[in-house]
Amino acid sequence: MIMIFGISGPLLFGQLLLGLINGAFYAMLSLGLAVIFGMLNIINFAHGALFMMGAFASWMLLNYFGIGYFPALILAPLLVGAFGILLEKTIISRLYKLDHLYGLLLTFGLSLVIEGLFRNGYGSSGLPYRIPNILQGGTDLGFMFMPNYRGWVVLAAAVVCLGTWAIIEKTSLGATLRAATENAPLVQAFGVNVPRLITLTYGGGVALAAFAGVLAAPIYSVNPNMGTNFINTVFAVVVIGGMGSILGSIITGFGLGVVEGLTKVFYPQASATVVFVVMVIVLLTRPHGLFGKAA
Amino acid sequence: MKLSRRALIAAASALPLAGARAQGAKPILKIGCLTDLSGPYKDLAGPGAIAAVHQALSEFGVADKGFSVEVLSADHQNKPDVGATVARQWYDRDGVDMIIEVANSGVALAVAGVAKEKNKVYLNTGAATSDLTGAQCNANTIHWVYDTYMLAQSTGGAMVKSGGDSWYFITADYAFGHALQRDTTSFVTGAGGKVVGSIAYPFPGTADFSSYLIGAQASGAKVLGLASAGTDTINQIKQAKEFGIKMKLAGLLLFLTDVHAIGLETAQGIVLTDSFYWDMNDRARAFSNRITPALKGARPTMIQAGVYSASLHYLKTAMAMGPAQAKADGAATIARMKALPTNDDCFGAGSIRADGRKLHPAYLWEVKKPSESKGPWDYYKLIATTPADQAFRPLDKGACPMVKA
Repeated sequence: MIMIFGISGPLLFGQLLLGLINGAFYAMLSLGLAVIFGMLNIINFAHGALFMMGAFASWMLLNYFGIGYFPALILAPLLVGAFGILLEKTIISRLYKLDHLYGLLLTFGLSLVIEGLFRNGYGSSGLPYRIPNILQGGTDLGFMFMPNYRGWVVLAAAVVCLGTWAIIEKTSLGATLRAATENAPLVQAFGVNVPRLITLTYGGGVALAAFAGVLAAPIYSVNPNMGTNFINTVFAVVVIGGMGSILGSIITGFGLGVVEGLTKVFYPQASATVVFVVMVIVLLTRPHGLFGKAA
Repeated sequence: MKLSRRALIAAASALPLAGARAQGAKPILKIGCLTDLSGPYKDLAGPGAIAAVHQALSEFGVADKGFSVEVLSADHQNKPDVGATVARQWYDRDGVDMIIEVANSGVALAVAGVAKEKNKVYLNTGAATSDLTGAQCNANTIHWVYDTYMLAQSTGGAMVKSGGDSWYFITADYAFGHALQRDTTSFVTGAGGKVVGSIAYPFPGTADFSSYLIGAQASGAKVLGLASAGTDTINQIKQAKEFGIKMKLAGLLLFLTDVHAIGLETAQGIVLTDSFYWDMNDRARAFSNRITPALKGARPTMIQAGVYSASLHYLKTAMAMGPAQAKADGAATIARMKALPTNDDCFGAGSIRADGRKLHPAYLWEVKKPSESKGPWDYYKLIATTPADQAFRPLDKGACPMVKA
């Protein structure tokens, strides 16, 4: 058996793969945050609550309407995205002229309200949501048992992340978006409806969070606090990747998942902290993040 | 001293009223239900615990007993400082005589201290730490439902006897998790089993346990001890199923509402200890049927049953010694509660020991397969019973200062 630093090879490969799977969630969530920050200049602290709403939406679709997992994968992001648009239109849009701090406080407050409402309605111990039949079971990879559902999560996350990146970087819609970020009045002068663009961007970022929520529902406890577990780490991912950098957040998300996975092998107690240690090092050496541009 | 005319008139008009009240009014006992109304323990205690106090009141029939009872409730937010502040306000300002529940060991220890300081009554149902009847015991506190010692002995000891003789622990990296692991380890090794490994995960903030589960599987142990609680345990169980972990899972602290949240398909086969299950006998079923409408259709957890049982015993004691005496001296009320035998639908006949430990049997349950369950909330089957006199830590082993006397 191959030994690496006193750890057996198969165990290490297993942990690397698991790290990649967790990284998929980090990547999807930080991508949404990066898109929103890049366009709206809002640090969206409600992201964790919206992720949770995605998981709850899939539970509600199943239990109230009998709609299964795969349709929910489309419907839940649409529903939660629409809710995000409503939030942006009615509340968040009022803060664009103010300092970042106000947006942060507002969205933090919103997340407390949303989580509180769900806790009141559905309790705190969580709701069951099963893995769809077609993705049940697993495959023996030789070095570890790989549940089919986790494989699906990585695949779906990779496709969605690359799709989002392609839309922003490679299409004319993306070009307009990026231009509006650089100089909104000029783009508006060309006849583009910038406020609507901003609203839709927020909706899109929220839909990404909700999509991640649906993917998470079968493997994590669906409860009102499920977003708070992720959100701190995800913010660190965004900071390390470079605020507003799309590709940066995707690569950093997957990368930090792997770093965390390795920490779990060598010193598990530190696995929740390692991401923040990396963040400190990156901020000291590259204050704009690994992929961020100097302002 | 300067008195305003308005104040004089107000005082004068209040005097005869106060006199009339003192003559005609019945004594009022005040019960404060301090629980988790917004956090992780809301479902297993929370509003259901308040409902259980009211259930005890209505069954006791306070109205024709010559005194009346008021119930207050508050959220301790799982913060010892918040819990202690509420307890002080209640005892000092609001005239509360007895505080019940407090599902959180840190908060419970703080409230027990306040109860002693103010010479009031504190009946703990939700907190797990056996220190409440050990080194930190006092004459104003009773620990009602379960404790870490009971859980560790019942789940740890009984599983070794049924063949689960090698263990691996996944432990929440804080005081509660380590205490649970330490206690269970001593029962596992005491019964002839061995512990082959353990891992401590960062708490809070861990949602993914897959690496730890795979490590546990690789250890070759037969039993996986989950020294954690709440959402963490739910995530561990869900993910153990997903990763096809073949070990027997032992939930060292798992409640009925947790099993409900996981669902039978995933939770089946898990072994756990509870001192009350709603379907365990006719009396328990009768109680559950009475209280279920107030729980929005859910079945009571052992903590909610404990709130009912403890409230009822408190009311009986207050009536026996006279409500005025019960209000005046908390320690005397507790002493009287210890002298009287307990008996109610949830825990049957029982007693309270000198160190404040309420005694009743501990039951080891296995979660049913979906095919064995007849419907919602039909989740447990009985595997083993530890009799009341053996279920808890022996009186002389707890280091409770009250016992030496």
